[in-house]
Amino acid sequence: MKKRVVILGGGTAGTMVVNRLHKKLNPDEWSITLVDKDNMHVYQPGLLLLPFGVYSAAELVKKRNNFFPPGIEYVRAEVERIDPEAKKVHLEDGLTLDYDQLIIATGTTPRPDQTLGMDDPAIWRKSVFDFYTLEGSTALRDALEEFTGGRLVVHISEMPIKCPVAPLEFTFLADAYFTEKKIRDKVQITYVTPLEGAFTKPVCSKQLGWMLTERDIKLEPDFVIEHIDPGAKLMVSMDEREIPFDLLVTVPVNMGADFVGRSGLGDDLNYIPVDKENFLSKKYDNIFALGDASDIPASKAGSVAHFAIDLFAENFVEHVNGLPMTHKFDGHTNCFIESGNGKGLLIDFNYKVEPLTGMFPLPIVGPFSLLKESRINHLGKLAFRWIYWNLLIKGRWIPISDAMSMSGKNQVTQKEGVGANASH
Amino acid sequence: MPVIEISGKPVTVNDEGFLTNFDEWDVDVAKELAKQIDIEMTEERWKIITFLREDYKTQGETATSRRVQTVGGVPIKEQFLLFPKKPAKKMAYIAGLPKPKGCV
Repeated sequence: MKKRVVILGGGTAGTMVVNRLHKKLNPDEWSITLVDKDNMHVYQPGLLLLPFGVYSAAELVKKRNNFFPPGIEYVRAEVERIDPEAKKVHLEDGLTLDYDQLIIATGTTPRPDQTLGMDDPAIWRKSVFDFYTLEGSTALRDALEEFTGGRLVVHISEMPIKCPVAPLEFTFLADAYFTEKKIRDKVQITYVTPLEGAFTKPVCSKQLGWMLTERDIKLEPDFVIEHIDPGAKLMVSMDEREIPFDLLVTVPVNMGADFVGRSGLGDDLNYIPVDKENFLSKKYDNIFALGDASDIPASKAGSVAHFAIDLFAENFVEHVNGLPMTHKFDGHTNCFIESGNGKGLLIDFNYKVEPLTGMFPLPIVGPFSLLKESRINHLGKLAFRWIYWNLLIKGRWIPISDAMSMSGKNQVTQKEGVGANASH
Repeated sequence: MPVIEISGKPVTVNDEGFLTNFDEWDVDVAKELAKQIDIEMTEERWKIITFLREDYKTQGETATSRRVQTVGGVPIKEQFLLFPKKPAKKMAYIAGLPKPKGCV
């Protein structure tokens, strides 16, 4: 009888992995099933640009199953829970799926319900917006269009969040947007973060700290939100600081899927604890978590999922054949950061090496400058949408290696790495 | 990594003054670290530091404020009262553990 691998989630990670495994696994031995609750694949990097009119919603959505290889089974259903001992996935419609190997790729989701007052109907998507969902991003576009001035607050609730630099990019883009609309002098922009600064790694902080002051953006660090007062339009922190807003663009608490928690597989935010080098569950040797769904200490970003999955397919074949997994993920992350006015930055780092300055060599289109604003970095970000739909999620080769390279990077001397003391 | 002397014994710290070796920590070191950031150790504060040390042994990373709340049983609001302004960072500092993770 054939063995079965079940993949939960058909987003960036799930789609890449189904294509890779389809190529690697012998169809006489393995059947592949992918489960997702809907058939809408959203190009998530576009959600940042949609509110500024760069894309329409229709340009960012395609059918998930356009990107699945032939011969796989696609089940459209919500997952109710997993029974890891019985090796079964229970679906909400009452059906169950048996598996030999399970891959969880159900990502992370913004949860406004986790902060008191945030999803109050009087303010939610009226004066308080998220932009990591198609609905939120579209509603925010309309609100920005109508905004004539006042206090714009951009806010992160709690780490970790999906695409950690996106709120900062949003802030830069908003600055450029209001400047172009000639109302920048009527808009006060404040960036509110639970972290100790907008950038927390020493080289980034040194290279990019000026980007906020130069744009007249106020920074409110170490702000851990306690609740939102919907009537007064006020954010209140755990240490009772208050920040009033006219328009709040917030990143709600991000959490993994609820079924992960119900199945006893998650940590306190429903992320699945895995080995950070090969993504195997710390509890079950036939469950893997890929992409944003795992607890690996890397950014929750598509580039991480991409580099990780390149290695994963090789490891998976070794693992199911009873061999040790020999490909180790180093935490490689690569992000284009929009800085407004048609410019952008590029950062490239891993578990051990922080983002550094220098040049990023990329055949044909590069090189890109690292940690420095340039027009080509912005064009790189725009070109990425084509790469995403046509190469990346189909599991085709793209010319960036899985392991991070030090080529072109300026190494840090001891002196540059000095940061703040805990009391500061 | 610099080696400094705290309460009469040499300990290795990183550029931000956080201990880098789990086993170089003891109660006297913790008291001294607390003093450096103007924190006086009380029973409530020791409870959190002890939780962080124990949790690190099994998890291999510093517990977040959320985890200190859900697993350690101390609400985030109270963490702010006990370790003002930057509880996560201050708790890790006194417990001789790595600073909780940020981003870029």
